Amino acid sequence: MSELMEVKHLKKYFKSPRGTVHAVDDVCFSIEKGTTVGLVGESGCGKSTLGRTLIHLSESTDGQILYQGRDVTRLNKKELIEFRKHAQIIFQDPYSSLDPRQTVQDIISEPLLLAKYGKDEVQRRARELMDTVGIEKRLRMSYPHELDGGRRQRVGIARALALNPEFIVCDEPVSSLDVSIQAQILNLLMDLQEELGLTYLFITHDMSVVRHISKKICVMYLGQMVEQCEKKELFEHPLHPYTKALLSAIPTTDIHAEKRRIMLKGEITSPINPKPGCRFAARCPYAKESCNEPATLREVAPGHLVACARAEEVNCMA
Amino acid sequence: MIRYVVKRLVILIPTLLVVAIIMFTLMDFVPGDPAVIALGSGNHTQEEIELKRESMGLNKPYITRLGEYIGNLVFHFDFGTSIVDGTQIKTAISDRFPNTLKIAIGSILVTIIVGLPLGIRTAVRANTWEDKIALFVTLLLDCMPSFWVGLLLVLLFALKLGWFPSSGVGGLKYFVLPVIANSLGGGLAGFTRQTRASMLEVIRSDLVTMARSKGLSEREVIYGHALPNALIPIITIVGMRFGQMLGGATIIEVIFSIPGLGPYLVNGIGSQDYTVVTGGIIFIAFAFAIIMLLTDLVYAFVDPRIKAQYVARNRKGGRKDE
Repeated sequence: MSELMEVKHLKKYFKSPRGTVHAVDDVCFSIEKGTTVGLVGESGCGKSTLGRTLIHLSESTDGQILYQGRDVTRLNKKELIEFRKHAQIIFQDPYSSLDPRQTVQDIISEPLLLAKYGKDEVQRRARELMDTVGIEKRLRMSYPHELDGGRRQRVGIARALALNPEFIVCDEPVSSLDVSIQAQILNLLMDLQEELGLTYLFITHDMSVVRHISKKICVMYLGQMVEQCEKKELFEHPLHPYTKALLSAIPTTDIHAEKRRIMLKGEITSPINPKPGCRFAARCPYAKESCNEPATLREVAPGHLVACARAEEVNCMA
Repeated sequence: MIRYVVKRLVILIPTLLVVAIIMFTLMDFVPGDPAVIALGSGNHTQEEIELKRESMGLNKPYITRLGEYIGNLVFHFDFGTSIVDGTQIKTAISDRFPNTLKIAIGSILVTIIVGLPLGIRTAVRANTWEDKIALFVTLLLDCMPSFWVGLLLVLLFALKLGWFPSSGVGGLKYFVLPVIANSLGGGLAGFTRQTRASMLEVIRSDLVTMARSKGLSEREVIYGHALPNALIPIITIVGMRFGQMLGGATIIEVIFSIPGLGPYLVNGIGSQDYTVVTGGIIFIAFAFAIIMLLTDLVYAFVDPRIKAQYVARNRKGGRKDE
């Protein structure tokens, strides 16, 4: 049980004309080597920003990211290039993330050429990668626009795998694909994890996808972690009111299932200069005055962290 | 690809024919008797005018005249003669066009050499003080008409410093001031802003993030991935601007007394020299069409998706999807 990545009090703020946007605000969590951590939350809650900050595609404002025990928040150019070999990303939209001017082979080989592989070696490795992700060899000289969404995403995955990284941020890699292709790509990602011992941070807003793939799940709301625990525990005993609402929104095929959909009312609090206190309070059915105090993530059950001041009360645990 | 070019050139023929017919017809509607204009100022008897009309062929029906004009144009590349001074229009254009072409090429080169790096830099440094200064300066340039810039340049570099001649044609140095005035007062500012906008859009897209995640240096990301993908609108602007300039940078050519196409046409319009106007416009249309064709071909080199379209069209004879 070794942690590949440990995130401590990570913050990512953006300046905007109307104030500071707290996109990622004081987030702590860790990712165990060889496992998948699912990161869920609604659009705009900062999950993609968190993912990109982790692999240094955008610089963090404050906090630490320990990768194999080393802080990677401040890297110089050389260290950054080295870090890119270890941590990679798969993008949500394989239509906009692949350079339309490059052939499949060019896209996959570019990182290899950068890493100073020999010409034959690059060719061999590119072919190997195409084989690994299941792209037919005849598509070697094709351009992205000639491929369907699933194949494009496979190219994106092959590209990410090129330099044998240990850690991959999957930023909603199946959200823009249709359902049959989604399953193929998810299975491919899981097979690759088993084969290559990869560690994933899997960002999604789709609870059924996250249930399929992750070991641990982190729930984010407006830049903050509101709940963290093992997958089984989260689905069986969600503690945070927001998580409960999320889970109640999963469609079911059981016609006899009780309809207990929790409808959230009210507006999302603005992430610009947010007030202290629980950010979910404005929409929370259980909100009370005590919710004006900052809600910090705390362990309420073994391995189960939740950021809700009234977690015990609400869940009748006390 | 070659088949595509040939096809485009073939399509050019009916296009230019339509332009010729429209121009000829329009000029036929212009008030004033060409015979009177041809005779020049002074009083002329009705008989003299009638004789002139007869000799110019103006008494023939419209269709006959149109047919003769198009016939001469297609088979002899002949635009006829000026009705005012009787000179060959073909000769006048071939004398004057090189001057216009030099100014156009020079201006477009200056625009690209200055505007492209400036646009890229302002996009990379968007919203910093560098960007804001550049925005201010380009806005200022955009507000200055080219004749005014031209006069200022003449005042400083020709009259005061004496570095460049103030007017006329000759060696390369005669073209320095007109070219600078034409690009500064013309498209440079707009071109820079277009480059910036186009680059910004690409820089914010995932493909640039992906290029970064590959571990490429920022320079490689910008010039290797962002710029090539931002080129299409930039090329469009260059093509349009160049096409326009081939019609003559009239004001610049007048200020610097350069015998180019611009003053020729303007004089033609002023003196109701309808053959000159018709001929000049048809020639400009031809030049513009060629530039547009070249622009489309450059697209294909920049974007494999467009290239695929051209090739597919050749193979399947007119597939229009994507």
